[in-house]
Amino acid sequence: MADKTQTMTVSIWREDGDDGRFEKYEVPARENQTVLDVVAYVQQHIDPTLSYRFACRVGMCGSCAMMVNGSPRWTCRTHVSKVVADDRLEVAPLRNLPVIKDLATDMDPFFEKWVAAEAVFHPSKTRHDPMAAITPDDPMRIAASEAIECINCAVCYAACDVVESNPDYFGPAALNRSWSLVNDIRDDGQDVRLDAIGSNGGCHNCHSQQGCVQYCPNELNPTLSIAGLKRETTKALFRRSR
Amino acid sequence: MLNLHLYMLQRLTALIMAPLVIGHIAVMIYAVQGGLTVDEILARTQGSVAWFLFYGSFVVAVSIHGAIGLRVISFEWFGLKGRALQLFSWTVFALLFGLGAKAVYAVTFAGGGL
Repeated sequence: MADKTQTMTVSIWREDGDDGRFEKYEVPARENQTVLDVVAYVQQHIDPTLSYRFACRVGMCGSCAMMVNGSPRWTCRTHVSKVVADDRLEVAPLRNLPVIKDLATDMDPFFEKWVAAEAVFHPSKTRHDPMAAITPDDPMRIAASEAIECINCAVCYAACDVVESNPDYFGPAALNRSWSLVNDIRDDGQDVRLDAIGSNGGCHNCHSQQGCVQYCPNELNPTLSIAGLKRETTKALFRRSR
Repeated sequence: MLNLHLYMLQRLTALIMAPLVIGHIAVMIYAVQGGLTVDEILARTQGSVAWFLFYGSFVVAVSIHGAIGLRVISFEWFGLKGRALQLFSWTVFALLFGLGAKAVYAVTFAGGGL
């Protein structure tokens, strides 16, 4: 059991319709605690007006992502001891998204871009049709599987420098989802999808800097998915012009 | 800001430029090491359809490639958008093409003629 008198200082971004600033709080320095535990402690014991977002606390729901010491992290699975630098812990709202209040960001632009990137399923069958037979070793199934474990946490979106400089860019998560659907033989919307991801906000804006790969908590590779999209849109261009 | 067509144009022009740059550098290295004098170079290039096509296609590819590249930078770094972005891209293209065409003319036409 850790010494209860030991404390540490955490800087948390506070913003409520104003300019915003970091405020310092003294919290218990426990041996085992996540960044989300620290934020929850501040809200429950020091300042109940602190706003933040979380749900599952086990790395499944993708709600609790924040900037921790300048890097985007899923805070419920990020241990303070692993990220604390020079006894400094700084928690801020996710980059590249508008702030609603304190640590809670407005996720609308993030999800609107999923729709714009046609990262939505277009069914090709009804419930009366037989189920599609897809074997586990099918190359398209394998490609889809590699991209499918996204929890929509927006960590990649916050890590992406192209998103920062290009407000139209769909971002890694939306394009990664599009790629899993490009590899779904049950999907009937490939033409509209390829048009969407070849548009001004699409996959061709990616500079392959791999910030998304670096920070994805589920160790996905959106850059690889985006490379796949570039390949497919190129193929489609030649296919259609024939 | 890149869409599929601009992306493809930039890649295809890069494909065209790659061998031309290697050819250009090889000739330059040969020439400056006492291989050819200016007069000897011009004697070969002026009136030559092959050299006109070589440098002509290079200039066209560079103008397109460079204009698209600078278009992306001006959008991402300086926030140029809409008509301003279009105008900037076409101006860069026209400038590069104009300067390049002038050089190609000087090396392959002037004094000789096809």
